[in-house]
Amino acid sequence: MKPRHIEEAAMRVLMFLSVLVVAGSLGAILITILVKGLPALSWEMVSQSPKGGFYLGKEGGILNAIVGSFYLAFGATILALLFALPIALYLQAYARNSVRADLVRLAMDVLWGIPSIVYGAFGFIIMMFLGIRASLLGGIIVLALLELPIMTRAIDEVIRLTPFDIEAASFALGATRFETATRVVVRQMLPGIITGILLAFGRAIGDAASVLFVAGYTDRMPTSLLRPVASLPLAVFFQLGTPYPEVQQRAYASALVLTVIVLVISLSSRWISNRLSRNIVK
Amino acid sequence: MDTHVEVRSLNVFYGDSQALKDVNLKLPKNQVTIIMGPSGCGKTTLLKSFNRFLELTDSTRVQGEVLIDGQNIYAPGVDVTEIRKRTGLLAQRPFPLPMSIYDNVAYGMRLHGTCKKGRAMDQRVEHYLREAGLWEEVQDRLHKPATGLSIGQQQRLCLARGLAVEPEIILGDEPTSALDPISAQHIEKRLNELKSEYTIVMVTHILRQARRLADYVVFMYLGEVVEAGPAREFFENPRMERTRAYLTGLI
Repeated sequence: MKPRHIEEAAMRVLMFLSVLVVAGSLGAILITILVKGLPALSWEMVSQSPKGGFYLGKEGGILNAIVGSFYLAFGATILALLFALPIALYLQAYARNSVRADLVRLAMDVLWGIPSIVYGAFGFIIMMFLGIRASLLGGIIVLALLELPIMTRAIDEVIRLTPFDIEAASFALGATRFETATRVVVRQMLPGIITGILLAFGRAIGDAASVLFVAGYTDRMPTSLLRPVASLPLAVFFQLGTPYPEVQQRAYASALVLTVIVLVISLSSRWISNRLSRNIVK
Repeated sequence: MDTHVEVRSLNVFYGDSQALKDVNLKLPKNQVTIIMGPSGCGKTTLLKSFNRFLELTDSTRVQGEVLIDGQNIYAPGVDVTEIRKRTGLLAQRPFPLPMSIYDNVAYGMRLHGTCKKGRAMDQRVEHYLREAGLWEEVQDRLHKPATGLSIGQQQRLCLARGLAVEPEIILGDEPTSALDPISAQHIEKRLNELKSEYTIVMVTHILRQARRLADYVVFMYLGEVVEAGPAREFFENPRMERTRAYLTGLI
Protein backbone atom coordinates (compact mmCIF):
# COMPACT_ATOMS: atom_id res chain seq x y z
CA MET A 1 0.00 0.00 0.00
CA LYS A 2 1.21 3.46 -0.84
CA PRO A 3 1.60 5.98 1.98
CA ARG A 4 -1.30 8.10 0.73
CA HIS A 5 -3.58 5.09 0.81
CA ILE A 6 -2.49 4.30 4.35
CA GLU A 7 -3.22 7.89 5.26
CA GLU A 8 -6.66 7.58 3.68
CA ALA A 9 -7.41 4.36 5.56
CA ALA A 10 -6.17 5.72 8.88
CA MET A 11 -8.36 8.82 8.53
CA ARG A 12 -11.38 6.69 7.76
CA VAL A 13 -10.84 4.66 10.91
CA LEU A 14 -10.41 7.81 12.98
CA MET A 15 -13.61 9.34 11.61
CA PHE A 16 -15.51 6.14 12.22
CA LEU A 17 -14.25 6.11 15.80
CA SER A 18 -15.37 9.70 16.38
CA VAL A 19 -18.84 8.89 15.10
CA LEU A 20 -18.87 5.87 17.38
CA VAL A 21 -17.97 8.02 20.41
CA VAL A 22 -20.73 10.53 19.69
CA ALA A 23 -23.42 7.99 18.88
CA GLY A 24 -22.26 5.78 21.74
CA SER A 25 -22.53 8.64 24.25
CA LEU A 26 -26.07 9.41 23.17
CA GLY A 27 -26.94 5.72 23.36
CA ALA A 28 -25.35 5.34 26.80
CA ILE A 29 -27.22 8.38 28.17
CA LEU A 30 -30.54 7.18 26.79
CA ILE A 31 -30.03 3.66 28.13
CA THR A 32 -29.01 4.91 31.57
CA ILE A 33 -32.05 7.11 32.06
CA LEU A 34 -34.32 4.47 30.56
CA VAL A 35 -33.03 1.67 32.79
CA LYS A 36 -32.92 3.78 35.92
CA GLY A 37 -35.89 6.01 35.27
CA LEU A 38 -38.48 3.80 33.62
CA PRO A 39 -39.30 1.74 36.75
CA ALA A 40 -40.05 4.92 38.69
CA LEU A 41 -42.05 6.52 35.91
CA SER A 42 -45.75 6.35 36.57
CA TRP A 43 -48.92 8.23 35.75
CA GLU A 44 -48.84 9.66 39.26
CA MET A 45 -45.37 10.99 38.58
CA VAL A 46 -46.41 13.16 35.65
CA SER A 47 -49.90 14.08 36.79
CA GLN A 48 -49.40 15.31 40.36
CA SER A 49 -47.50 17.92 42.26
CA PRO A 50 -45.23 16.86 45.11
CA LYS A 51 -47.09 15.99 48.30
CA GLY A 52 -45.58 16.31 51.76
CA GLY A 53 -42.60 14.04 52.10
CA PHE A 54 -42.12 13.71 48.33
CA TYR A 55 -38.40 14.17 48.71
CA LEU A 56 -38.34 11.44 51.33
CA GLY A 57 -39.88 8.97 48.92
CA LYS A 58 -43.56 9.57 49.66
CA GLU A 59 -46.25 10.20 47.06
CA GLY A 60 -46.57 12.98 44.54
CA GLY A 61 -45.14 13.82 41.14
CA ILE A 62 -43.30 16.42 39.13
CA LEU A 63 -46.19 18.00 37.25
CA ASN A 64 -45.25 21.34 38.80
CA ALA A 65 -41.80 21.10 37.22
CA ILE A 66 -43.13 19.95 33.84
CA VAL A 67 -45.61 22.80 33.65
CA GLY A 68 -43.06 25.23 35.07
CA SER A 69 -40.48 24.28 32.49
CA PHE A 70 -42.97 24.76 29.66
CA TYR A 71 -44.00 28.16 31.01
CA LEU A 72 -40.37 29.21 31.32
CA ALA A 73 -39.32 27.96 27.91
CA PHE A 74 -42.40 29.21 26.05
CA GLY A 75 -42.24 32.61 27.69
CA ALA A 76 -38.52 32.93 27.06
CA THR A 77 -38.85 31.83 23.44
CA ILE A 78 -41.56 34.36 22.69
CA LEU A 79 -39.66 37.12 24.47
CA ALA A 80 -36.42 36.22 22.70
CA LEU A 81 -38.19 36.13 19.33
CA LEU A 82 -39.49 39.67 19.90
CA PHE A 83 -35.87 40.80 19.97
CA ALA A 84 -34.15 38.28 17.72
CA LEU A 85 -36.34 38.97 14.69
CA PRO A 86 -35.81 42.74 14.63
CA ILE A 87 -32.09 42.34 15.30
CA ALA A 88 -31.71 39.84 12.47
CA LEU A 89 -33.76 42.02 10.12
CA TYR A 90 -31.73 45.05 11.11
CA LEU A 91 -28.50 43.18 10.41
CA GLN A 92 -29.67 42.25 6.94
CA ALA A 93 -31.79 45.15 5.81
CA TYR A 94 -29.89 48.08 7.26
CA ALA A 95 -26.47 47.21 8.60
CA ARG A 96 -25.68 44.71 5.81
CA ASN A 97 -21.99 43.89 5.94
CA SER A 98 -20.89 46.99 7.80
CA VAL A 99 -18.48 47.00 10.71
CA ARG A 100 -21.45 47.58 12.98
CA ALA A 101 -23.12 44.40 11.76
CA ASP A 102 -19.95 42.44 12.32
CA LEU A 103 -19.75 43.81 15.86
CA VAL A 104 -23.33 42.76 16.58
CA ARG A 105 -22.60 39.30 15.20
CA LEU A 106 -19.43 39.06 17.27
CA ALA A 107 -21.35 40.09 20.39
CA MET A 108 -23.95 37.42 19.66
CA ASP A 109 -21.30 34.76 19.21
CA VAL A 110 -19.64 35.69 22.48
CA LEU A 111 -23.00 35.66 24.27
CA TRP A 112 -23.64 32.22 22.78
CA GLY A 113 -20.46 30.96 24.43
CA ILE A 114 -21.09 32.36 27.89
CA PRO A 115 -21.92 29.61 30.43
CA SER A 116 -25.53 29.71 31.54
CA ILE A 117 -24.61 29.93 35.23
CA VAL A 118 -23.13 33.35 34.43
CA TYR A 119 -26.46 34.44 32.96
CA GLY A 120 -28.12 33.20 36.12
CA ALA A 121 -25.69 35.02 38.40
CA PHE A 122 -25.98 38.18 36.33
CA GLY A 123 -29.77 38.02 36.45
CA PHE A 124 -29.62 37.42 40.17
CA ILE A 125 -27.53 40.54 40.78
CA ILE A 126 -29.91 42.66 38.72
CA MET A 127 -32.89 41.26 40.59
CA MET A 128 -31.27 41.91 43.95
CA PHE A 129 -30.57 45.45 42.85
CA LEU A 130 -34.19 45.94 41.81
CA GLY A 131 -35.45 44.13 44.89
CA ILE A 132 -37.30 41.42 42.97
CA ARG A 133 -37.62 37.85 44.23
CA ALA A 134 -36.85 34.74 42.27
CA SER A 135 -39.86 34.26 40.01
CA LEU A 136 -41.26 32.90 36.78
CA LEU A 137 -40.77 36.35 35.23
CA GLY A 138 -37.11 36.46 36.26
CA GLY A 139 -36.60 32.97 34.81
CA ILE A 140 -38.26 33.93 31.55
CA ILE A 141 -36.10 37.03 31.18
CA VAL A 142 -32.83 35.25 31.88
CA LEU A 143 -33.71 32.31 29.64
CA ALA A 144 -34.66 34.77 26.91
CA LEU A 145 -31.16 36.25 27.21
CA LEU A 146 -29.77 32.75 26.88
CA GLU A 147 -31.88 32.08 23.79
CA LEU A 148 -31.33 35.42 22.11
CA PRO A 149 -27.93 34.76 20.50
CA ILE A 150 -28.92 31.30 19.31
CA MET A 151 -32.10 32.53 17.70
CA THR A 152 -30.64 35.73 16.25
CA ARG A 153 -27.72 34.01 14.59
CA ALA A 154 -29.95 31.26 13.21
CA ILE A 155 -32.42 33.73 11.70
CA ASP A 156 -29.59 35.99 10.52
CA GLU A 157 -28.05 33.07 8.67
CA VAL A 158 -31.37 32.14 7.06
CA ILE A 159 -31.98 35.67 5.81
CA ARG A 160 -28.40 35.91 4.60
CA LEU A 161 -28.86 32.79 2.50
CA THR A 162 -32.03 34.06 0.83
CA PRO A 163 -31.03 35.19 -2.65
CA PHE A 164 -32.38 38.56 -3.75
CA ASP A 165 -32.97 37.10 -7.19
CA ILE A 166 -36.01 35.26 -5.83
CA GLU A 167 -37.55 38.54 -4.79
CA ALA A 168 -36.57 40.04 -8.14
CA ALA A 169 -38.35 37.17 -9.89
CA SER A 170 -41.51 38.00 -7.96
CA PHE A 171 -41.19 41.74 -8.68
CA ALA A 172 -40.71 40.97 -12.37
CA LEU A 173 -44.15 39.36 -12.39
CA GLY A 174 -45.70 42.53 -11.08
CA ALA A 175 -45.88 41.67 -7.38
CA THR A 176 -45.78 44.41 -4.77
CA ARG A 177 -43.22 44.36 -1.97
CA PHE A 178 -45.83 43.10 0.48
CA GLU A 179 -46.96 40.29 -1.82
CA THR A 180 -43.34 39.33 -2.38
CA ALA A 181 -42.61 39.33 1.34
CA THR A 182 -45.65 37.31 2.37
CA ARG A 183 -45.88 34.88 -0.53
CA VAL A 184 -42.26 34.30 -1.44
CA VAL A 185 -39.76 35.47 1.17
CA VAL A 186 -41.60 33.96 4.14
CA ARG A 187 -41.94 30.63 2.35
CA GLN A 188 -38.26 30.65 1.67
CA MET A 189 -37.22 31.57 5.20
CA LEU A 190 -39.84 29.96 7.43
CA PRO A 191 -38.25 26.51 7.76
CA GLY A 192 -34.96 28.01 8.87
CA ILE A 193 -36.63 30.40 11.28
CA ILE A 194 -38.70 27.61 12.85
CA THR A 195 -35.61 25.47 13.24
CA GLY A 196 -33.82 28.36 14.95
CA ILE A 197 -36.74 28.95 17.31
CA LEU A 198 -37.03 25.29 18.29
CA LEU A 199 -33.28 25.00 18.74
CA ALA A 200 -33.40 27.89 21.19
CA PHE A 201 -36.48 26.44 22.89
CA GLY A 202 -34.71 23.12 23.39
CA ARG A 203 -31.73 24.88 24.91
CA ALA A 204 -33.91 26.87 27.31
CA ILE A 205 -36.04 24.03 28.56
CA GLY A 206 -33.00 21.93 29.39
CA ASP A 207 -30.98 24.56 31.19
CA ALA A 208 -30.65 24.27 34.96
CA ALA A 209 -27.93 26.70 35.92
CA SER A 210 -29.50 29.89 34.64
CA VAL A 211 -32.82 29.34 36.43
CA LEU A 212 -31.24 28.20 39.70
CA PHE A 213 -31.03 31.69 41.18
CA VAL A 214 -33.60 33.63 39.22
CA ALA A 215 -36.60 31.32 39.03
CA GLY A 216 -36.20 29.58 42.35
CA TYR A 217 -38.06 26.36 43.02
CA THR A 218 -41.40 25.47 44.52
CA ASP A 219 -43.62 22.45 45.03
CA ARG A 220 -46.67 24.38 43.92
CA MET A 221 -48.02 24.66 40.43
CA PRO A 222 -47.04 27.97 38.82
CA THR A 223 -49.83 30.50 39.18
CA SER A 224 -48.19 33.89 38.95
CA LEU A 225 -45.42 35.55 36.98
CA LEU A 226 -44.09 37.02 40.19
CA ARG A 227 -43.76 33.82 42.20
CA PRO A 228 -41.06 31.16 42.09
CA VAL A 229 -41.52 28.35 39.65
CA ALA A 230 -40.27 24.77 39.45
CA SER A 231 -38.39 23.45 36.46
CA LEU A 232 -37.45 19.97 35.27
CA PRO A 233 -33.67 20.35 35.25
CA LEU A 234 -33.78 21.54 38.86
CA ALA A 235 -36.21 18.76 39.76
CA VAL A 236 -33.57 16.32 38.54
CA PHE A 237 -30.88 18.18 40.44
CA PHE A 238 -32.70 18.28 43.78
CA GLN A 239 -33.94 14.72 43.69
CA LEU A 240 -30.57 13.37 42.74
CA GLY A 241 -29.11 15.22 45.69
CA THR A 242 -31.16 13.33 48.28
CA PRO A 243 -29.76 10.25 50.02
CA TYR A 244 -32.85 8.10 49.30
CA PRO A 245 -32.56 5.58 46.43
CA GLU A 246 -36.25 5.81 45.50
CA VAL A 247 -36.01 9.59 45.18
CA GLN A 248 -32.85 9.28 43.13
CA GLN A 249 -34.69 6.89 40.87
CA ARG A 250 -37.36 9.52 40.43
CA ALA A 251 -34.61 11.94 39.39
CA TYR A 252 -33.87 9.61 36.51
CA ALA A 253 -37.54 9.40 35.69
CA SER A 254 -37.66 13.22 35.64
CA ALA A 255 -34.60 13.25 33.40
CA LEU A 256 -36.38 10.79 31.15
CA VAL A 257 -39.39 13.11 30.90
CA LEU A 258 -37.14 16.07 30.10
CA THR A 259 -35.18 14.10 27.52
CA VAL A 260 -38.33 12.91 25.82
CA ILE A 261 -39.59 16.51 25.62
CA VAL A 262 -36.31 17.72 24.12
CA LEU A 263 -36.23 14.75 21.75
CA VAL A 264 -39.78 15.36 20.57
CA ILE A 265 -39.01 19.03 20.00
CA SER A 266 -35.84 18.42 18.03
CA LEU A 267 -37.32 15.60 15.97
CA SER A 268 -40.46 17.55 15.20
CA SER A 269 -38.42 20.62 14.28
CA ARG A 270 -36.52 18.47 11.81
CA TRP A 271 -39.72 17.05 10.45
CA ILE A 272 -41.36 20.46 10.11
CA SER A 273 -38.38 22.03 8.44
CA ASN A 274 -37.97 19.09 6.07
CA ARG A 275 -41.61 19.33 5.08
CA LEU A 276 -41.53 23.08 4.64
CA SER A 277 -38.17 23.23 2.94
CA ARG A 278 -38.87 20.89 0.06
CA ASN A 279 -39.68 23.93 -2.06
CA ILE A 280 -36.81 26.08 -0.93
CA VAL A 281 -34.57 27.61 -3.56
CA LYS A 282 -30.87 27.22 -2.87
CA MET B 1 -42.02 49.42 -38.77
CA ASP B 2 -44.38 49.39 -35.82
CA THR B 3 -42.67 50.84 -32.76
CA HIS B 4 -43.43 49.11 -29.47
CA VAL B 5 -40.80 50.53 -27.14
CA GLU B 6 -39.36 53.97 -27.55
CA VAL B 7 -36.49 55.37 -25.55
CA ARG B 8 -36.04 59.14 -25.41
CA SER B 9 -32.82 60.73 -24.17
CA LEU B 10 -32.37 58.19 -21.39
CA ASN B 11 -29.58 58.76 -18.88
CA VAL B 12 -28.94 56.37 -16.02
CA PHE B 13 -26.55 56.94 -13.13
CA TYR B 14 -25.32 54.52 -10.48
CA GLY B 15 -24.18 56.89 -7.79
CA ASP B 16 -21.64 59.08 -9.56
CA SER B 17 -20.95 56.92 -12.56
CA GLN B 18 -23.09 57.21 -15.64
CA ALA B 19 -24.20 53.86 -17.07
CA LEU B 20 -26.32 55.10 -19.97
CA LYS B 21 -25.62 58.25 -21.94
CA ASP B 22 -28.40 59.91 -23.88
CA VAL B 23 -29.93 56.78 -25.35
CA ASN B 24 -32.53 57.21 -28.09
CA LEU B 25 -34.13 54.15 -29.63
CA LYS B 26 -37.21 52.76 -31.30
CA LEU B 27 -37.71 49.02 -30.94
CA PRO B 28 -40.00 47.20 -33.38
CA LYS B 29 -43.14 45.33 -32.35
CA ASN B 30 -43.34 41.54 -32.68
CA GLN B 31 -39.71 41.19 -33.58
CA VAL B 32 -36.61 40.04 -31.77
CA THR B 33 -34.37 42.92 -30.79
CA ILE B 34 -30.90 41.95 -29.69
CA ILE B 35 -28.88 44.30 -27.52
CA MET B 36 -25.21 43.54 -27.78
CA GLY B 37 -21.85 44.96 -26.86
CA PRO B 38 -18.84 44.24 -24.67
CA SER B 39 -19.18 43.70 -20.90
CA GLY B 40 -20.04 46.77 -18.90
CA CYS B 41 -21.40 48.67 -21.89
CA GLY B 42 -24.83 49.17 -20.33
CA LYS B 43 -26.79 46.42 -22.11
CA THR B 44 -28.35 45.04 -18.97
CA THR B 45 -28.99 48.53 -17.61
CA LEU B 46 -30.88 49.41 -20.76
CA LEU B 47 -32.90 46.20 -20.53
CA LYS B 48 -33.73 46.83 -16.89
CA SER B 49 -34.97 50.29 -17.72
CA PHE B 50 -37.83 48.67 -19.66
CA ASN B 51 -39.44 47.07 -16.59
CA ARG B 52 -38.26 49.65 -14.08
CA PHE B 53 -35.95 47.18 -12.41
CA LEU B 54 -33.29 49.84 -12.02
CA GLU B 55 -35.04 51.30 -9.00
CA LEU B 56 -34.54 48.04 -7.07
CA THR B 57 -30.91 49.10 -6.67
CA ASP B 58 -30.16 51.93 -4.26
CA SER B 59 -28.71 55.19 -5.51
CA THR B 60 -29.81 54.73 -9.10
CA ARG B 61 -31.03 57.78 -10.97
CA VAL B 62 -33.00 57.66 -14.19
CA GLN B 63 -33.55 60.66 -16.49
CA GLY B 64 -35.47 60.61 -19.72
CA GLU B 65 -38.39 58.61 -20.97
CA VAL B 66 -39.20 55.05 -21.89
CA LEU B 67 -42.44 54.71 -23.79
CA ILE B 68 -44.28 51.44 -24.13
CA ASP B 69 -47.15 51.77 -26.60
CA GLY B 70 -46.62 55.51 -26.35
CA GLN B 71 -47.02 55.62 -22.57
CA ASN B 72 -44.05 56.91 -20.57
CA ILE B 73 -43.44 54.29 -17.86
CA TYR B 74 -41.41 56.76 -15.81
CA ALA B 75 -44.20 59.33 -15.66
CA PRO B 76 -45.40 60.12 -12.13
CA GLY B 77 -48.43 58.13 -11.06
CA VAL B 78 -47.64 55.11 -13.21
CA ASP B 79 -48.28 51.84 -11.37
CA VAL B 80 -44.97 50.00 -11.44
CA THR B 81 -46.58 46.59 -10.93
CA GLU B 82 -48.70 47.25 -14.02
CA ILE B 83 -45.55 48.01 -16.04
CA ARG B 84 -43.87 44.84 -14.84
CA LYS B 85 -46.95 42.81 -15.64
CA ARG B 86 -46.63 43.97 -19.24
CA THR B 87 -43.02 42.83 -19.44
CA GLY B 88 -41.89 39.27 -18.74
CA LEU B 89 -38.28 38.83 -17.63
CA LEU B 90 -35.90 35.95 -18.24
CA ALA B 91 -32.89 36.41 -16.00
CA GLN B 92 -29.35 35.20 -16.54
CA ARG B 93 -29.85 32.33 -14.18
CA PRO B 94 -33.31 30.88 -13.64
CA PHE B 95 -34.69 31.48 -10.16
CA PRO B 96 -37.82 29.46 -9.52
CA LEU B 97 -40.02 30.67 -6.68
CA PRO B 98 -39.92 28.48 -3.56
CA MET B 99 -43.04 26.51 -4.46
CA SER B 100 -44.23 23.75 -6.75
CA ILE B 101 -43.98 23.80 -10.55
CA TYR B 102 -47.72 24.39 -10.78
CA ASP B 103 -47.68 27.23 -8.25
CA ASN B 104 -44.78 28.90 -10.03
CA VAL B 105 -46.87 29.25 -13.18
CA ALA B 106 -50.04 30.09 -11.26
CA TYR B 107 -48.28 32.70 -9.11
CA GLY B 108 -48.72 35.62 -11.49
CA MET B 109 -52.32 34.75 -12.34
CA ARG B 110 -53.17 34.58 -8.65
CA LEU B 111 -51.45 37.92 -8.00
CA HIS B 112 -53.36 39.71 -10.71
CA GLY B 113 -56.55 37.72 -10.28
CA THR B 114 -56.61 36.92 -13.98
CA CYS B 115 -57.77 33.36 -13.53
CA LYS B 116 -60.10 31.51 -11.17
CA LYS B 117 -58.99 28.53 -9.12
CA GLY B 118 -59.62 24.94 -10.13
CA ARG B 119 -60.23 23.62 -13.63
CA ALA B 120 -59.67 26.96 -15.37
CA MET B 121 -56.37 27.47 -13.60
CA ASP B 122 -55.26 23.93 -14.45
CA GLN B 123 -55.90 24.65 -18.09
CA ARG B 124 -54.03 27.93 -18.06
CA VAL B 125 -51.04 26.36 -16.30
CA GLU B 126 -50.95 23.58 -18.88
CA HIS B 127 -51.26 26.10 -21.70
CA TYR B 128 -48.30 28.17 -20.58
CA LEU B 129 -46.16 25.14 -19.80
CA ARG B 130 -46.86 23.94 -23.34
CA GLU B 131 -46.01 27.35 -24.73
CA ALA B 132 -42.67 27.19 -22.95
CA GLY B 133 -42.08 23.67 -24.24
CA LEU B 134 -41.98 22.12 -20.79
CA TRP B 135 -45.36 20.37 -20.44
CA GLU B 136 -44.30 16.94 -21.69
CA GLU B 137 -41.49 16.79 -19.16
CA VAL B 138 -43.38 17.95 -16.08
CA GLN B 139 -47.00 16.87 -16.50
CA ASP B 140 -46.59 14.05 -13.98
CA ARG B 141 -44.84 16.13 -11.36
CA LEU B 142 -46.70 19.43 -11.38
CA HIS B 143 -46.95 19.52 -7.61
CA LYS B 144 -43.32 18.67 -6.98
CA PRO B 145 -40.86 21.43 -6.02
CA ALA B 146 -39.65 23.52 -8.94
CA THR B 147 -36.10 23.26 -7.63
CA GLY B 148 -36.06 19.59 -8.61
CA LEU B 149 -35.94 20.54 -12.29
CA SER B 150 -32.71 20.78 -14.24
CA ILE B 151 -31.42 24.28 -14.81
CA GLY B 152 -32.53 24.21 -18.45
CA GLN B 153 -36.03 23.13 -17.43
CA GLN B 154 -36.05 25.82 -14.74
CA GLN B 155 -35.36 28.48 -17.35
CA ARG B 156 -38.30 27.25 -19.42
CA LEU B 157 -40.40 27.23 -16.25
CA CYS B 158 -39.42 30.86 -15.73
CA LEU B 159 -40.53 31.52 -19.31
CA ALA B 160 -43.89 29.86 -18.64
CA ARG B 161 -44.21 31.81 -15.40
CA GLY B 162 -43.52 35.05 -17.25
CA LEU B 163 -45.94 34.25 -20.07
CA ALA B 164 -48.68 33.53 -17.54
CA VAL B 165 -49.06 37.21 -16.64
CA GLU B 166 -49.79 37.88 -20.32
CA PRO B 167 -47.02 40.35 -21.04
CA GLU B 168 -46.59 42.18 -24.33
CA ILE B 169 -42.83 42.20 -24.15
CA ILE B 170 -40.41 39.47 -23.15
CA LEU B 171 -37.10 40.73 -21.82
CA GLY B 172 -34.14 38.37 -21.79
CA ASP B 173 -30.94 39.15 -19.91
CA GLU B 174 -28.52 36.66 -21.47
CA PRO B 175 -31.13 34.00 -20.72
CA THR B 176 -29.09 31.14 -22.13
CA SER B 177 -25.72 31.99 -20.64
CA ALA B 178 -26.07 29.57 -17.71
CA LEU B 179 -27.55 26.77 -19.79
CA ASP B 180 -26.07 23.81 -21.61
CA PRO B 181 -26.17 23.98 -25.44
CA ILE B 182 -29.28 21.79 -25.79
CA SER B 183 -31.28 23.80 -23.25
CA ALA B 184 -30.03 27.01 -24.85
CA GLN B 185 -31.34 25.81 -28.21
CA HIS B 186 -34.67 25.01 -26.57
CA ILE B 187 -34.98 28.56 -25.29
CA GLU B 188 -33.89 30.09 -28.59
CA LYS B 189 -36.42 27.98 -30.46
CA ARG B 190 -39.22 29.06 -28.12
CA LEU B 191 -38.31 32.72 -28.42
CA ASN B 192 -38.32 32.42 -32.18
CA GLU B 193 -41.81 30.93 -32.09
CA LEU B 194 -43.09 33.45 -29.58
CA LYS B 195 -42.15 36.54 -31.56
CA SER B 196 -45.32 36.39 -33.61
CA GLU B 197 -47.25 37.29 -30.47
CA TYR B 198 -44.70 39.10 -28.34
CA THR B 199 -42.05 41.73 -28.74
CA ILE B 200 -38.78 40.21 -27.60
CA VAL B 201 -35.83 42.21 -26.36
CA MET B 202 -32.76 40.23 -25.45
CA VAL B 203 -29.29 41.00 -24.23
CA THR B 204 -26.52 38.75 -25.39
CA HIS B 205 -22.80 38.83 -25.93
CA ILE B 206 -22.82 35.70 -28.07
CA LEU B 207 -22.40 36.93 -31.62
CA ARG B 208 -23.67 33.74 -33.23
CA GLN B 209 -26.78 33.75 -31.08
CA ALA B 210 -27.41 37.33 -32.11
CA ARG B 211 -27.08 36.38 -35.78
CA ARG B 212 -29.48 33.47 -35.34
CA LEU B 213 -32.20 35.37 -33.52
CA ALA B 214 -32.03 39.03 -34.32
CA ASP B 215 -34.46 40.96 -36.45
CA TYR B 216 -33.20 44.22 -35.08
CA VAL B 217 -29.91 44.96 -33.37
CA VAL B 218 -28.79 47.58 -30.89
CA PHE B 219 -25.03 47.81 -30.46
CA MET B 220 -23.75 49.59 -27.37
CA TYR B 221 -20.35 50.68 -26.24
CA LEU B 222 -19.44 52.44 -22.98
CA GLY B 223 -23.00 53.41 -22.17
CA GLU B 224 -23.83 54.78 -25.58
CA VAL B 225 -25.77 53.35 -28.49
CA VAL B 226 -23.29 53.13 -31.32
CA GLU B 227 -25.57 51.71 -33.93
CA ALA B 228 -29.12 50.39 -34.13
CA GLY B 229 -30.89 48.94 -37.11
CA PRO B 230 -32.33 45.91 -38.86
CA ALA B 231 -30.22 42.79 -38.34
CA ARG B 232 -29.37 42.18 -41.97
CA GLU B 233 -27.94 45.66 -42.50
CA PHE B 234 -26.20 45.57 -39.17
CA PHE B 235 -24.33 42.33 -39.76
CA GLU B 236 -23.68 42.70 -43.48
CA ASN B 237 -22.98 46.34 -43.75
CA PRO B 238 -22.31 48.05 -40.41
CA ARG B 239 -22.12 51.79 -40.68
CA MET B 240 -19.88 52.55 -37.74
CA GLU B 241 -16.21 51.76 -37.37
CA ARG B 242 -16.67 50.49 -33.82
CA THR B 243 -19.42 48.06 -34.85
CA ARG B 244 -17.11 46.63 -37.46
CA ALA B 245 -14.37 46.30 -34.86
CA TYR B 246 -16.74 44.43 -32.55
CA LEU B 247 -18.04 42.12 -35.24
CA THR B 248 -14.53 41.16 -36.23
CA GLY B 249 -13.55 40.60 -32.62
CA LEU B 250 -11.32 43.61 -32.10
CA ILE B 251 -13.19 45.04 -29.10
